[in-house]
Amino acid sequence: MNESDRLGKAVQDWDAKVEKSNAKFPERKARFVTGSNVTVNRLYTPLDIESQDHLEKVGLPGEFPYTRGVQSTMFRGRFWTMRQYAGFASAEESNARYKFLLAQGQTGLSVAFDLPTQIGYDSDHPLAAGEVGKVGVAIDSLADMEILFDGIPLDKVSTSMTINAPASVLLAMYIAVAEKQGVSADKLNGTIQNDILKEYVARGTYIYPPTPSMRLITDIFAFCAKEVQNWNTISISGYHIREAGSTAIQEVAFTLADGIAYVDAAIKAGLDVDEFAPRLSFFFNAHNDLFEEVAKFRAARRVWAHIMKDRFGAKNPKSWMLRFHTQTGGSTLTAQQPENNVVRVTIQALAAVLGGTQSLHTNSKDEALALPTEASVRIALRTQQILANESGVAETPDPLAGSYYVESLTNSIEEGVLAYIRRIDDLGGAVKAIEQGYIQQEIQDSAYAWQMDVEKNERIVVGLNKFQVKEDPPKGLLRVDPAVGEKQVEKIGALRAKRDGAATKAALEALKAAAMGTDNLMPPILAAVKTYATLGEICDVLRGVFGEYRPSVMF
Amino acid sequence: MERRIRVIVAKPGLDGHDRGAKVIARALRDAGMEVIYTGLRQTPEQIVQAAIQEDADVVALSILSGAHNHLFPRVVELLREKGAGDILVFGGGVIPEEDIPYLKSKGIAEIFGPGTPTTTTVDFIKTHLKRE
Repeated sequence: MNESDRLGKAVQDWDAKVEKSNAKFPERKARFVTGSNVTVNRLYTPLDIESQDHLEKVGLPGEFPYTRGVQSTMFRGRFWTMRQYAGFASAEESNARYKFLLAQGQTGLSVAFDLPTQIGYDSDHPLAAGEVGKVGVAIDSLADMEILFDGIPLDKVSTSMTINAPASVLLAMYIAVAEKQGVSADKLNGTIQNDILKEYVARGTYIYPPTPSMRLITDIFAFCAKEVQNWNTISISGYHIREAGSTAIQEVAFTLADGIAYVDAAIKAGLDVDEFAPRLSFFFNAHNDLFEEVAKFRAARRVWAHIMKDRFGAKNPKSWMLRFHTQTGGSTLTAQQPENNVVRVTIQALAAVLGGTQSLHTNSKDEALALPTEASVRIALRTQQILANESGVAETPDPLAGSYYVESLTNSIEEGVLAYIRRIDDLGGAVKAIEQGYIQQEIQDSAYAWQMDVEKNERIVVGLNKFQVKEDPPKGLLRVDPAVGEKQVEKIGALRAKRDGAATKAALEALKAAAMGTDNLMPPILAAVKTYATLGEICDVLRGVFGEYRPSVMF
Repeated sequence: MERRIRVIVAKPGLDGHDRGAKVIARALRDAGMEVIYTGLRQTPEQIVQAAIQEDADVVALSILSGAHNHLFPRVVELLREKGAGDILVFGGGVIPEEDIPYLKSKGIAEIFGPGTPTTTTVDFIKTHLKRE
């Protein structure tokens, strides 16, 4: 008998023995599952991964198919970028928070915009009432952006901006601020989220219909390839898909399907795949099921590498690499016993690091209740710093590789993802699948199933459906001053009175003409921004030409 | 035959987080109610119009953007103006505890925070329905 046969026999005997004792002392559950409902076997052994070609499936760090990470030495070279998503109230207050975070050892900025900004409304728009400065900073024009980055050298920090439908406008403002600082566009580092497809399915800050939205996105790809070469032109996001209730497999599948749609659109617009693909980046969630999450990141890298190489024929290895940001899972935080969230965030951050993330945001314990206070943001950042400097998990790349369980999970997630991608291909691609509501329905079904599992106590959430205590309402939460809205409205009125109105008008006219034609929209948007045209004015011009997206509602 | 309870689940404000709204909508439907979900970014005026048009018994508001103090009372106010003050209005989302007394004083019957079981909401509707 060879070794594998002997092992097979031993496992069989072991299983029979366990079954017998199981009859007397049953296991806790009839079926064990991951957070995403994948069955977890009683035991994993070398037999589970015996048939796989190690080099082909797992390989080496920094080498195709990048299962073990995109850099060869990973965190031995340098730690991931610690990047806390922040922004609230006015540009002045957010600027102060950024300076605080940089002073605490944070290594990159991540800008949260308020909802009117994200949907292309100025602060004085009727729909903005009550929303200005609430979930992020209010940016109406270049004047606000100048304050936001005042005293922050844009050639030294990298900045991620969570902005989608109006991404071109905010990128243009960033370029214009840098120019005023004497920093040329080719020296800028950062990311715009710019991922409209997941807005339609999960996040909701869409403006225009899919076709012109895809044009805006590919215009950014083309512009940045020439002018802002180090900029990550998109962050294709699974984060919000997961927050909306998807499983880990769905998160990866729908994100990569969106990625395929963007690459297709860019190629159709005449771009060479290796010209833009190296600047594509991704954004994933990290939930509590540690091993499943690590396997998810590994599987995502492997699947994407094959998509880029085999499906799109990319030749540049940089086009094959799935680089990603991670944020810990907001929806896993409980409003009950919020201190426990520090522990959840630690597990999730550990998953992201073991999964080889390029940057990480750790949530603060109070985020199920309000925007985080400075004190709770510090704990969240310290969690990353402890993982990096004290836990030892960053000392060798992909330390869980070779675990029979993790490799098996990586394979099963990969299979699940590929099955979904085939289904979406059959529907005509991600845009069609979204228009038909297929992706939304899949996510909603998972969200509902999860909620029912929790209500039936089939899933335990500590402090929520077990181990509850009587609690006093939390104190000391962050509140945004309601006067921010009024101040912002005053500011915008003053700006309109002060600027060269004729120049603004001409720039907006030029933008309209470009939008009606086929020219790249970035140059006219940049020109308009520099005349202090407001975000709302620019988006209104495009609304006039492109129309607005009307979703079909279902539940 | 007994008329089924009619509910409008609405998302006032600009935030796009409607996981909760959709889960609630489905749970109420599974509990035998007739449910209409408005979709995102509804103004108080649109919500009230839908409630009256659909002859709703209940309006369930969901918001996570922080604009609740501005938008929730406006819904109740408009319903009263239109003579539909007997429609039960309640809300949910990320809403600080300290805002709840104010919202209740403005006619919002209850606020359900994160982690509330859907069965709690179903029971609440059944025991607090104002329309006969």
